[in-house]
Amino acid sequence: MEQTPAVELRHVTKRFGKVVANDHVNLTIRRGEILSLLGENGSGKTTLMNMLAGIYFPDEGEILINGTPVTIASPKDAFDNGIGMIHQHFKLVDVFTAAENVTLGTDDAKLDLRQVADHINEICQKYGFVIDPMKKVYDMSVSEKQTVEIIKVLYRGADILILDEPTAVLTPQETDRLFDVMRNMKADGKAMIIITHKLHEVMDVSDRVAVLRKGEYIGDVATKDTNPQKLTDMMVGRAVKLNINRPEPVNTTPRLEVRNLTVYDALGVKRLDNVNFTALGGEILGIAGIAGSGQKELLEAVAGLQPMAEGASITYRSIGSEDKGIQLVGMTPMQIKRAGVSLAFVPEDRLGMGLVGTMGMTDNMLLRSYRKGVSPFADRKAPKKLAEDVLKELEVVTPSVSFPVRRLSGGNVQKVLVGREIAQEPSVLMTAYAVRGLDINTSYTIYNLLTEQKMKNVAVIYVGEDLDVLLELADRILVLCGGQVSGIVDARTTTKEEVGLLMTKFQKGGDKTI
Amino acid sequence: MSHIKSGHEPLIRIAKRDAIAKPKAIMIRAIAVLLSLVVSGVFIFAITGLNPIRVYEVMVEGAFGTSRRSWVTIRDTMMLFCIAIGLAPAYKMKFWNIGAEGQVLIGGICTAGLMRALGSSMPTPLLLVVMACASLLGGCLWGIIPAIFKAEWHTNETLFTLMMNYVAIQLTSYCVSLWENPFGSNSVGIINQQTQGGWFPKIFGQAVSLNVIIVLTLAIGMHIYLTYSKQGYEIAVVGDSVNTARYAGINVKAVTIRTMAVSGAICGLAGFIAVAGASHTISTSTAGGQGFTAIIVAWLAQFNSAIMGLIALLLVSLQKGAIQIASQFKLNNYASNVITGIILFFILGSEFFINFRLILRGKKGGEEK
Repeated sequence: MEQTPAVELRHVTKRFGKVVANDHVNLTIRRGEILSLLGENGSGKTTLMNMLAGIYFPDEGEILINGTPVTIASPKDAFDNGIGMIHQHFKLVDVFTAAENVTLGTDDAKLDLRQVADHINEICQKYGFVIDPMKKVYDMSVSEKQTVEIIKVLYRGADILILDEPTAVLTPQETDRLFDVMRNMKADGKAMIIITHKLHEVMDVSDRVAVLRKGEYIGDVATKDTNPQKLTDMMVGRAVKLNINRPEPVNTTPRLEVRNLTVYDALGVKRLDNVNFTALGGEILGIAGIAGSGQKELLEAVAGLQPMAEGASITYRSIGSEDKGIQLVGMTPMQIKRAGVSLAFVPEDRLGMGLVGTMGMTDNMLLRSYRKGVSPFADRKAPKKLAEDVLKELEVVTPSVSFPVRRLSGGNVQKVLVGREIAQEPSVLMTAYAVRGLDINTSYTIYNLLTEQKMKNVAVIYVGEDLDVLLELADRILVLCGGQVSGIVDARTTTKEEVGLLMTKFQKGGDKTI
Repeated sequence: MSHIKSGHEPLIRIAKRDAIAKPKAIMIRAIAVLLSLVVSGVFIFAITGLNPIRVYEVMVEGAFGTSRRSWVTIRDTMMLFCIAIGLAPAYKMKFWNIGAEGQVLIGGICTAGLMRALGSSMPTPLLLVVMACASLLGGCLWGIIPAIFKAEWHTNETLFTLMMNYVAIQLTSYCVSLWENPFGSNSVGIINQQTQGGWFPKIFGQAVSLNVIIVLTLAIGMHIYLTYSKQGYEIAVVGDSVNTARYAGINVKAVTIRTMAVSGAICGLAGFIAVAGASHTISTSTAGGQGFTAIIVAWLAQFNSAIMGLIALLLVSLQKGAIQIASQFKLNNYASNVITGIILFFILGSEFFINFRLILRGKKGGEEK
């Protein structure tokens, strides 16, 4: 007999402006089941779950809990329906204890912390958590904080749990412990949804896998009937022909040699683990990987914006003086510039890092050149000329070169940024998600600009998320997985599946010679 | 709980505007000023039964009725303007310097101390230069202490600068009791009343001329600094996005400290003007809250020097006018403050309508461009 599903989503659609984040998604979750929600970055997993948790409201479709249609307009509604979400970024009060955090927001008539602590201990015993209810959150490890988040939703009686990439912040041992707890909760009849990118975890913990791709629901399979290869195929889909112009590289020569690059973030988490590669002038080196695999840290390390662990070496060779290697490690961005290094960088966060949103094109062009000359005053003549050139050549749509760039559309913002960076006549050009959010035409404009640079013997590094583009634009693809280089493959001969597997680290392979 | 999906749309929603045309912005502000006059007119009539028009006339007389009154208004405007000029670079960098009070007081202490010590031995022009330099240094010190802490250890500059105000007030109290004259008066009295040593000299027959000259020079200088200099450009970049500044190789720490040095120094100089150019004494009320009022001036003007001057003039004249109606119509002091309050409320409130728009229920707000 088919039991009534705990949650059923019918034709749920959510749009953000023109972007469809979820397109008529259907999904069911049963009691006593762990469902993995799988999909590439931007496939709409978190958006979908946020609608269950009452953070977003669906534009279309309906949600049924235990077979009854419900309206979930706020996180409170979600709680009332027994839905609890454990977010990727913890929402805890640092100076409170575990017990205080757990009870926060519940409307117990009187607050008896000892009683709360007892209740927490009960929950811990039942499911196998270990936590001291009187410990302050600021004293806790990441895994303990996550435990508090989970207890928080259990304490409120949630029996439908959503875990958004819970393992991203955990060590393998902590992950195992979390999975044990999840299995205990499953045995207790709770319904659980886990969002993860890691295929071995999907295989390990879940009963069923549902796959989303570009906002669309692809399908769901029982975990026992599938394997990582099949899941990858569902996730990345069939290769799409884009017909990006890709000339053969000529006169390739090393421009950027990265050796033993290890980076820890402010919390002490390893973001890059002994990365080695060489970017060649005259080729586009694509960098693939699931979001947060260390792409940002890699580019920022080269740009002098990221502290590195001892032993790293980044050697740069500019066009025309290939025999003179410059060591970039240990230099600030200003020192790098003063050393005559011509490094262009189109960062992921265009307005938050690459440009000054409140300024016009002219003043943004000035960002790279304002130091020129000894005069205390900035020269705006050359940047104005450059702004006008970029405006004309890249067909930037703006009322004037002094119009604040933050009020331009995403594509035009990117043209301004790329235009400025290319105008530096770089020897190395790094771009992060250069076409994210851009329409087709603008995307092709950017591809052509990058290829033009490649033909000028510039080493182009292209961090991308769309594998179809990487396969047709890049000459080689470096795949990052969890901060490590899981492979460097020839983009002309590799397949989408091979790259997809390297991204989820199920297979060592590719041309690992550097 | 129902499953009707769009039943809960609120009556009014608020959305941020991306842009507003200049004429429309000016119109909103003009309407705000008119409305404020009407509302305070109603208020005046309801409370006092007086003719609002007459009351406004008296306010204008209070600020500009006689040449002496005009000069006092100008003198106070210059003081407020000067502090706002000092605050502009800090706020443009998004450094929330609410410590202008303290910076002004420190500048004032330096000036008063030197004036007492050297007033009879040093020629006034030289003494003025010495006092100006000392007050610049004092204010600068008061400005860079929180900046260094912010740059190195990410302390909160709002609390830090605020607390520095109290330190400055206590220091001033100490100096007042040290320099008490006559003994037991609990005030410093007018310094060098006989010799006028270290007082601003009359220029063109006006005691206030030097104040105006100094402040207008600063205003022009600050305008050029912020708009055309490399350092001014760096301030703007840091203010918009620290990440972009780092990306461009700007040393954010150095810019933070340097900018607060400039900001504090100019506020210190305002203390010099207040003591040597206006009151010729020092007390804990020498800054008199103007360090806070100047924040409004700087923000409302969006750090544009000329507009800062106009807003300072408006605020000071309102205040002078309020005092005048209080005494002439025997109104309670609070009544006149209420009128100033209403006018300011509308002017500040209009900024909300310039930055946001209201969408009434049923209108498709998202598509309106």
